[in-house]
Amino acid sequence: MVLTLKRAVLSTISLWIILAWGYTFLMVGLGQLFFPYQANGSPVSVRGHVVGLQHVGQYFGNNLQYFWGRPSDTVSVATGKPQPYNAFASSPSNYGPTNAKLIQDIQARIHMYRQTTPGLHVSRIPISLVESSGSGLDPNIAVQSALIQIPRIAKHTGLSEKTLKHLVATQILPPDLGVFGPRRINVLLLNKALYQMLHH
Amino acid sequence: MTVSTVLTWLVVIGGLLILMKPLGIYMYKVFTFQPTILDRPMKPIEGLIFRLLHVSETSQMNAVEYGVAFVITNMLWAVMAYTLLRMQGALPFNPNHFGNINPQLAFNTSASFVTNTNWQAYSGENTMSYFSAFAVLQFLQFVTPASGAATGVAFVRAVSGRGLGNFFVDLTLVLTRVLLPLAVIFGLIFVALGVPETLGPYLHLHTLNNQSQVVPRGPIASWESIEHLGQNGGGFTNANSANPLENPSALSNIFQAIAMGLVPVAFFYLFGMFTGKKRLAWTLIAVAGTLYLAMLAMIYFPEMAGNPIINALGLHGHANMVGKELRFGMGGTSIFETSTMAFTTGSVASAHDSFLPIPSLAFFLGMFLNMVFGGKGVGLLNMLMFVIITVFLMGLMVGRTPEFLGKKIEAREVSLASIAFLLHPLLILAGAAIATATPAGLAGVFNPGPQGLSEILYGFTSAAANNGSAMGGLGASLPFYEVALGIVVIIGRYASIMAMLLVGQSLLRKKAVPETSGTMRTDTPLFWGILLGSIVILNALTFFPVMALGPIAEHYLLMAHHVFS
Repeated sequence: MVLTLKRAVLSTISLWIILAWGYTFLMVGLGQLFFPYQANGSPVSVRGHVVGLQHVGQYFGNNLQYFWGRPSDTVSVATGKPQPYNAFASSPSNYGPTNAKLIQDIQARIHMYRQTTPGLHVSRIPISLVESSGSGLDPNIAVQSALIQIPRIAKHTGLSEKTLKHLVATQILPPDLGVFGPRRINVLLLNKALYQMLHH
Repeated sequence: MTVSTVLTWLVVIGGLLILMKPLGIYMYKVFTFQPTILDRPMKPIEGLIFRLLHVSETSQMNAVEYGVAFVITNMLWAVMAYTLLRMQGALPFNPNHFGNINPQLAFNTSASFVTNTNWQAYSGENTMSYFSAFAVLQFLQFVTPASGAATGVAFVRAVSGRGLGNFFVDLTLVLTRVLLPLAVIFGLIFVALGVPETLGPYLHLHTLNNQSQVVPRGPIASWESIEHLGQNGGGFTNANSANPLENPSALSNIFQAIAMGLVPVAFFYLFGMFTGKKRLAWTLIAVAGTLYLAMLAMIYFPEMAGNPIINALGLHGHANMVGKELRFGMGGTSIFETSTMAFTTGSVASAHDSFLPIPSLAFFLGMFLNMVFGGKGVGLLNMLMFVIITVFLMGLMVGRTPEFLGKKIEAREVSLASIAFLLHPLLILAGAAIATATPAGLAGVFNPGPQGLSEILYGFTSAAANNGSAMGGLGASLPFYEVALGIVVIIGRYASIMAMLLVGQSLLRKKAVPETSGTMRTDTPLFWGILLGSIVILNALTFFPVMALGPIAEHYLLMAHHVFS
C-alpha cells in the first residue's frame, strides 16, 4: 500500500511535468509560431483598433442602423440581469420545448421585427432569427435574416436598398470547404463593411 | 436530408471506421510491448519514469492490486485538484485575477474530473484561472481517462489469458503513446481552424456599436483536443463546444466529433486483436454501431421537423434552432450530440435542455446503456458486462452451461456482472427519487412540466454514467447537487470498474474448455440480434417507467400544443 502510494506520487509528478507544463507550452509555442492570427483569437480591426473577434458575436440589437444577430440570453455575472452577447458568461436560455416563456420570447421578437420593418410578413422571418443560440454568442445569421433587415437599415442610414443588397451579397460565407455547414453571414464582418461604407 | 448533412455524417462515421483498424493494431503493439514508430522519442521518457517507480514492462499485478493502484492514484489526483483549486487566487497564470474556488464547487469539480465525468457546475470563463485550466483540469483530462483505459487494457489482457499487467506501466503508455501524440495533432488542427491558444489575458474591446465587450481567450485549443480525445467533456467556458471560442466552425465540429470516437472504437478492435477473435469484436462493434445510428436518427429527424407549437406561428423554416448554433448545420449538431452521448464525452455543441423530447430520449439512451462504444476501455467493459449477462440468459433458455471466450460463465461472474449492471439504475433512480422528494432537490428545477423531472433525472444519469453533460437549466451549482452528484460520480465510476476487474481475474483463473459443435457462438449475426435485444429489454424494464413520466409525457403534451408556465 505504502509502495503503491509512493509510486502514485512519483508517477503523478512526472506526468504533471509532461502533460500540464510540457504539452501546454509546446502547444502555445507551436500555435503562436504557425497560426499567430488564430491563436490570438482572430481579431477584427477597424483603423488599427481591434473591435471584435471574428468568431464571437456582438450585440447590435439596440441600434437601428446595424444588422442584428440572433437573440442572446446571456446575463451579467455581477447583476444577473440580461446582457446580450456577454462573452464573459456564455450561456443558452435553457428553455424547454413546452415552456411558456420560450413561446412568449419568440412572439415578442417577431413583434419587434414587424414593428421596426413595416410590411414584413411573419412567413419571411427565418426561425433562427427569433430563437436564441446555444452559446448566446452565435456570430452568424442566415442570408435571409440579413435580407429582411435591409428596409430598416436603408431607412435609418440613408443608403439605398440596392446598395445594401449588394453589400450583403459580398458578405455571404460559403459552407466550409464548399460542403460542410450552411451558407451564412458573419454579422460583425457585415456591420464592419457597413460601417466602412458610412464612414469612409 | 441535405447533401451537407450526408457528407458530414459520412466523414465522421467513415473517419472512425477507417482509423479503427490502424489505431487498434497500433495500440495492440503498444500494450504487448512490441516496437512502434514512437519508440525513438518516447522510450527515453518512459524509461526515466519506470526507473523512478521501480517498475518494468514485465511487472504484474493481480486484480485487487491493480484496482487499488487505480483507486489510490485517482484519490491522489482528487486531493491535488481540490487543494490547487482552493488556493487558485495565490497561484500564478491568473491574468484575470480570479479568487479561490469555494469548497463545494472544488469538491464537485475535482470529483467529477477525476472520475472522467467533467460535470460543469462551474462556468470556466469567469471562474478558472489559466493555471487551474491547464495545470489542474487539463491535466486531469489527460490522466483520468488514461487510468480508465488502463483498466480496460488489464481486463482485455485477463480475458485473453495473459496476466493483467502493471497499472503504472499501462497508465504511462496510454498517455505517452496514444493520448499525448493525438492531442498534439488535434490541438494544432483546432488552432488552425480558429480556436485561440495563448497565455495572454482576456481582451477588453470597444465595439463598433459603442459598447464594451470582454472576450475570454486562453490556452483553449490544447484543452479542446484532450477534452474530446479523452471523452472528458468539461468545457473551457460555460457553453462548452457551443461557444465559438471552443468550436468555431462546421469543420472544427467534425474534428471534435471524430476525436471523441477514435480511441473508444479502436478499443473494440484491440479486444479482437488480444483475444484473437476478430469476428466477435466485429459483432460487438455492429451492436454498438446499430445503437449509434438509432440515436443519430432519433436526434436529427425530430429536430428537423421542429417544435409544433412554434411552427404554428408561421415563421420561415421549421427546424428547432433553440439553443443551437447556426454554423454547424443540423447534420453537424446532431452527429456531435450523438457522439458525445455515445462515447460518454459530455461536451455539448447545443443546449440539451432545449431539445425536443424524442432527442432527449436518445440522450438518456446513450447514458443508460453506457456502452454505445462508451468511454475508452470503460465502454468496452460495460459491453462485456452485457455480453456475460446475455450469454447467461441464453444458457438458461437452452439449458446449457454458458461459455464466453472458451471459459465457463458461472455464478461468480454472473453475480459480479449483475452488480455492475444494477448499480447504474440504483444510483440514478434512488438519486432522482431523493431529489424529487426534498425541497433542496426541487429547488434546482428550471423548466416547468415533465421537462423539470427530466432535468433531475438527466443530472443523476449523467453523473452515474460519468458523462458530464447536463440539461443546463438544472441548478447544478446548488450545494445539494454539487454534493449529491459528486458522490454519485465516485460510486458510479469505481464500483463498476472494480467488479469488472474481478470478473476478468476470475475468468483468467479458469481452465479453458475446448470449443465443440454444442458451444453457443458469440460471433454470429444471431448473437448480434440476441445481444441487442437483451440490452434493449433489460434497460427498458429498468428505465421505461421513469421515462414515461419525463420525455415521453413531454412528447405527447408537446404534440397536443400544451404549454407550461
